[in-house]
Amino acid sequence: MAETNSRAIEGDDSFTRSAGKQLALYALYAVISLSVLVYILSVAAAQFGSNSTGQAIDVEDNAVTITLRAEPPQLDQGRSTDASSFVVLAHAFEGLIAYDEEARLTPGVAERWEIREDGATFWLREDAKWSDGVPVTAYDFEFAWRRVVDPATASQYAFIFYSIKNAEAVNTGVLPKEMLGVRAVSDRQLEVEFEQPTPYFDKLVAFITFLPVREDFYNSTNGRYGADADEMIYNGPYMITDWVHSASMVWKKNPYYWSDKRGFLDEIRVAYITSDTNAKLNLFKDGQIVETELLSPMLPGAMAERWQIDRIMDGTVFFFEFNHRPGRVTDNLNFRKALMYAHESSELVYKALKEASYLPAVSLFPAWIQGVNGPFREEYPPPEHHMDLEKARHHLELAKQELGVDEFPPIVMLSGDTPVSLVASAYYQELFRKRLGLEIRIDAQIFKQRLAKMTSGDFDIVLAGWGPDYDDALTFGDFFASWNLNNRGRYNSPEMDSYIRTAQSSLDPKERMDAFGNIQQLVYDDVAMLPMYERGWSFVVDPRLKGFRRRSVGPEVDYNYAYIDVSSD
Amino acid sequence: MMWFIGKRLVQGLITVWFIATATFFAMHNVPGDPLLNDRATTAIIRANLEAKYGLDKPVTTQYFIYLNNIAHGDFGISFAQENREVNDIIREHFPVSAILGILAVVIAAVGGILWGSLTALYRNRLPDYIIMFLVILGISVPSFVIAALSQLGIVTINSLLGRTFLPVAGWGTISHMLVPALVLGLTTMAYLTRLMRSSMLEIVNSDFVRTAKSKGVPPARIFARHQLRNAVLPVITVLGPSIAAITTGGFVVEIVFAIPGLGRFFVEAVQQLDYTVIMGTTVFYGAFLVFMVILVDVIYGFIDPRVRMN
Repeated sequence: MAETNSRAIEGDDSFTRSAGKQLALYALYAVISLSVLVYILSVAAAQFGSNSTGQAIDVEDNAVTITLRAEPPQLDQGRSTDASSFVVLAHAFEGLIAYDEEARLTPGVAERWEIREDGATFWLREDAKWSDGVPVTAYDFEFAWRRVVDPATASQYAFIFYSIKNAEAVNTGVLPKEMLGVRAVSDRQLEVEFEQPTPYFDKLVAFITFLPVREDFYNSTNGRYGADADEMIYNGPYMITDWVHSASMVWKKNPYYWSDKRGFLDEIRVAYITSDTNAKLNLFKDGQIVETELLSPMLPGAMAERWQIDRIMDGTVFFFEFNHRPGRVTDNLNFRKALMYAHESSELVYKALKEASYLPAVSLFPAWIQGVNGPFREEYPPPEHHMDLEKARHHLELAKQELGVDEFPPIVMLSGDTPVSLVASAYYQELFRKRLGLEIRIDAQIFKQRLAKMTSGDFDIVLAGWGPDYDDALTFGDFFASWNLNNRGRYNSPEMDSYIRTAQSSLDPKERMDAFGNIQQLVYDDVAMLPMYERGWSFVVDPRLKGFRRRSVGPEVDYNYAYIDVSSD
Repeated sequence: MMWFIGKRLVQGLITVWFIATATFFAMHNVPGDPLLNDRATTAIIRANLEAKYGLDKPVTTQYFIYLNNIAHGDFGISFAQENREVNDIIREHFPVSAILGILAVVIAAVGGILWGSLTALYRNRLPDYIIMFLVILGISVPSFVIAALSQLGIVTINSLLGRTFLPVAGWGTISHMLVPALVLGLTTMAYLTRLMRSSMLEIVNSDFVRTAKSKGVPPARIFARHQLRNAVLPVITVLGPSIAAITTGGFVVEIVFAIPGLGRFFVEAVQQLDYTVIMGTTVFYGAFLVFMVILVDVIYGFIDPRVRMN
């Protein structure tokens, strides 16, 4: 019955036609009311909007449009820890010492300085000013540094001040913050006392946590310092005039900035805050932003566009961190040696990861670290390593005998949940199974959980990375110190500790570098870790923008020296 | 009617309390430590951070402090963005998600009803085949693929035209929101089209339509009054949950189109174990969902008198 009916209706063309007309009328109503709705919503949306102008380079206004990888959690230089905040802070503030175009140290607020065995003196320039015209004084540094080590601030980077006298004692609440070995002698002279000789102090001072903070302004923000653009005062080449959270920022040239060698642009517009590299590539193609990074799959397309592709190591070294706690299989040297001889980092990088901008890691120290006169790794070549399965199996046998086992228990390999770490852990799982007959259990975790497991020692091997804080070999060299809280595998060797002490405090550059050479050798001999890869980025920049830098140490992107040049078009 | 609304509101309040409690204890049992970061910290700094966020107290005490705070509308300070209150985050970013969500839902509902009726009207003819093919695509292709593809489409159109016809990403004007809203609403639109189609077909065969026809009621009137009005009821029922799903599910679209909405915070807070933001966004969205369901029930009451009677 229903069958006939429906056929009858279908067959009724005149019904369909009139009903279709009615539907079309409704559709028209719908489109009209939708347009009204869209208009109303767009008026409401405008107040949360971004400031994209549709131009990567605005020659008329001398401005560029850029992206930020993530929303800065806050811009309090004493407490910031993430790469995005560092990028913003490196443009809006200037420390005693800064980086030049070629990543060498150059005078910042300090016009000259002296580093002695027991301390350092900084003489500040007269014309350094805050963005309201008030001069930058030594007191601004004294206040800022005391605030960082004050345990009430809970700064995660306080440890980087520990070479200053009493810093650790203040930070652990033993001494009041006024006892920190930093004193403003006058407006223009800052005296620093060391806990121990610190020959690399100039490099430390270029780090973000050492930036100045003005006390009267800080107190006026009632604990909201760094939360919004108007809760900060700046002394860098640029100042933040507008910050819409998670959407956009505007950095304008700071009219009171002292130097004419930095800050050539009138305006830098952060129009997009996104970590999506595909979206960024689309924005770049569309001429909306001046720079973006390229992942391996994007390279053929970029070459087809005839773009100038550049490459930079981002500074980070990734490696296997072993759990050296007693009772772990990985505490056994022969076992670690077996793994070492079964692997070759170039294989991982070229066959498994296939990221064109990565380098196989061969040492704790990345390729760009400087030695006495030239690159460290040219002066102190890393121990030569070749895969040798024969040796690997031999060491594995020795390990079995020493541990008194016939079969090894499954080895827990803790890893992050990023695509690269998942590929790497799967690669090693297969490799050690095939070459050594070992069973590896991959434990992939989100960042915070991986850290929690690393800290509590709940792993045999963890795929970890370490990035530099300052431009000195020590930023990597002290990683395996027994007192270093970041040494989460608890590697502990008196020999290592003594090399690190020399590297920390020797005033003779040669003796220091020798110590780093010894550290490099000991890491290899003891298999404290297994190097995997050094991370790098391919990137492309609008050809009209000159002087732009990506850096291995310091802010990952640097527009302080960038300027627009349309002549080469 | 008032009694009906009042009863639903009390039920809603209990639901929100239950969501808050479940989230609170689930969150505290998720492995991982919110205060850990790349650089290890000393014991005293950790103790200070714990005191700042009240993590030094027993979990049950924390729970009652927490309940008391949300009763006063205070969600606390974010762990990741140390100087921002969760209330500020919600206030600044929810409107963006809401605007995007409203537009997406309206597009989805209007599109779903229109396409659904069209396919039912032209059943087993060309328009039906084309639209139903697109519907299958819309349901099965995940939104991150559609988002990335449509963005690529914009870039291609812009470069063909030689000017910026539609912005690739960002937020603030009409042109910024059209494509993201469409992408966001697409899956729901596809579902609604299918729902509307089957609902229409059911009604086409019903007795009252046949009666109306035999009485000689004009076709346009039968279609509008008898068929459409009845067929739209099931669509409205699922609209409430879809509004919440769309407004909370904007994460992918917000990332791809660099839109400063709350969806990002909702997802990233979980990854970063940002306790206060997890609690704030979950309870807020939970309350929002409950409110939407109540709202839809009330609207339903207006459209269909039978609901009011019961």
